[in-house]
Amino acid sequence: MRAVWIPLSFLGPAFVLLTVWMIYPAIRTILRSLWNNQGDKFVWFQNYSTMFSDSVIHTAIKNNIIWIAVGPLSVTLFGLVLAVLTERIAWASFFKIVLFMPLAVSLFAVGVIWRIMYQQNPDQGAVNAGLNTIHNVFKTPGVLPRAAPSSPAVTDKFVFTKQLSPGGTASLGLTGISPQDVPSGAAQAEQPKSKPGAITGVVWRDFKPGGGKPGVVEQGELGVPGVTVALLQNGKSTNTAKTDSHGAFTFDGVSGSGYQVKIAPATFAQPWQGVQWLGPSLITPAMIIAFLWTAVGFAMVVIGAGLSAIPRDVLEAARTDGASEFQVFKRVTVPLLMPVLTVVFVTQMIGVLKIFDIIYATAPGSVTNDATTLAFEMWRRSFLGENAFGIGAAIASFLMLLFVPFLIYQVRSQRKNA
Amino acid sequence: MAVAEVRQPAMRDESRETLAVRIAKLPVHLFLLLIGILWLIPAAGLFVTSLLPAATANARGWWHVFSKPSETTFANYRMIFHNSAITHALLVTAEVTIGATILPILIASFAAYALAWIEFPGRDWAFVTIVGLMVVPVQMALIPIFSLYNTLNLYDTVFGLILFHTAFALPFAIFLLRNFFAGIPRDLMEAARIDGASEWRLFFKVVLPLGLPAIAALAIFQVLFVWNDFLVGFTLSQDNQPIAPALAGQLRQFGSNLDVIAPASFFSAVIPLTIFALFQRYFVQGLLAGSVK
Repeated sequence: MRAVWIPLSFLGPAFVLLTVWMIYPAIRTILRSLWNNQGDKFVWFQNYSTMFSDSVIHTAIKNNIIWIAVGPLSVTLFGLVLAVLTERIAWASFFKIVLFMPLAVSLFAVGVIWRIMYQQNPDQGAVNAGLNTIHNVFKTPGVLPRAAPSSPAVTDKFVFTKQLSPGGTASLGLTGISPQDVPSGAAQAEQPKSKPGAITGVVWRDFKPGGGKPGVVEQGELGVPGVTVALLQNGKSTNTAKTDSHGAFTFDGVSGSGYQVKIAPATFAQPWQGVQWLGPSLITPAMIIAFLWTAVGFAMVVIGAGLSAIPRDVLEAARTDGASEFQVFKRVTVPLLMPVLTVVFVTQMIGVLKIFDIIYATAPGSVTNDATTLAFEMWRRSFLGENAFGIGAAIASFLMLLFVPFLIYQVRSQRKNA
Repeated sequence: MAVAEVRQPAMRDESRETLAVRIAKLPVHLFLLLIGILWLIPAAGLFVTSLLPAATANARGWWHVFSKPSETTFANYRMIFHNSAITHALLVTAEVTIGATILPILIASFAAYALAWIEFPGRDWAFVTIVGLMVVPVQMALIPIFSLYNTLNLYDTVFGLILFHTAFALPFAIFLLRNFFAGIPRDLMEAARIDGASEWRLFFKVVLPLGLPAIAALAIFQVLFVWNDFLVGFTLSQDNQPIAPALAGQLRQFGSNLDVIAPASFFSAVIPLTIFALFQRYFVQGLLAGSVK
């Protein structure tokens, strides 16, 4: 008698809690998925057929596949690389704390953090600000993103209409330049003077308060510095020049005829608009990056512990046998680490399938339908407005089915250890 | 400890490094430095944003403040600590976290002891069931528990949240502690039993003290897990929500209310970060002992 009561008293509280909060609800959810949303009619598998013909749930499944395919593998590989690299540096423990730190932050706060990072305007979102810096190295934004010709003397392609020969002058007037768009250092524009053997001209802001005469350089009108002007001969570019602070430019050593002057299109290049991270097409990759931020530190620390448990003499023996560092890594280190890598990978799989908070906090309401996953959709159908418990239970049961392989893995690996 | 011992010879090697080796390592240092900086930027962004007035935070990115540090202010923090909705949510979070850390550890220790040291029929099956339950997602329980809580008046109560978190923490906790307790030397247990100690006495006087490292790891794990919970609190409470769900409503007008959501999110992260920083070693041990949750 005693033999039964003692284990029961130790196990009793756990047994009650696990039964009432886990086993009973799990069975109840599966049964609930066979009843309609109101719960008053038994509908067999109708919720499942409704679910699999729902386009938003298709998106959810597609997103789950992306998360599963990209997330755990990237976390494990990145963690492995960092674990190997940190073995070689003296400040490894500091580095590990920095990378590990996001794990202590709630996934909800992680969502808020990355929503701030992902603002589209490169002047507001840090990610796009960083990309903008790189972008500007290759493609500088123009000095005048919004200018237009001021008179018919300049075509809408910013070509001066008159054909020029040496000694000719070109007056390229522009409007549509707001005062804050005028490049700094701009000075009073001057009517270009003819110079023998050269073509001269001016690019200026052909506007003064009150209007002024279009096409004529007047007092109070500023030259536009830093504009690239191209010299064309018979339609082909032969030379370029930059305007000075007065907007003046000069092409020296010109002979022959049939010249035209054109403002280079780069002058009018729009500034970069930024990647729409939080838009419908990039939201899932954007959230996976946020997830990597939280998970890589975990992978690195666990794999790092696995690495330091590898006996040094095994590695040394391989090196003495003449194996290169890469061969040692591939043939010795990775196979020995396989159990640890598997644990990290499986843990991340389970984590990724459950992901909810990041989606809720990162994806703006307008892209929820593009960002959703099964775990998220289950909650949304069940608890947001419509209380569609039938569909919600069906999604949960389907999700549980996806967890079954991990359940089997878990039980098996425990059996092996025991 | 074992880690430190393995590391020592490597450290000695480092001091003997030639200049050539050091130069060859330079790319590794630079790469890791870059990664480290990239990792700090997002968190720094939240912190700096939390110090800015909403209009400033909205007009330009937070990094512009480095050219104008005078714009920062702690006014946002003063404001959220005078916001009763937020202080109440923080209090609820603390209550739920304390309850849902102590309770599962206590209950799991009992169960783990029985599974490790008391022979009874069906013991292996009980343990296999618990290992299997580790994988069951919260989503499987939400709908029935929501209905049950409405019937039992547990909806929107701190106690309801504590019980839910406790139940879902048990499988992992029992798993971890059972494996740890099973490692206690058999001789020690046999000796105590021969001396006539009851199972309860054995549990409190021998197993629990020896199990403290595992319990500490588990406690830190659980504090972080419960403090950071969003889904359970969001589904099972309304007026007594923990901090993360309480902030969820703020997301709808994201941007204009950065002066609330940024400092509140940052502050809610300070406590788990502090605990993490103080007890990092135990936390890592816990992770390594059984890194599945």
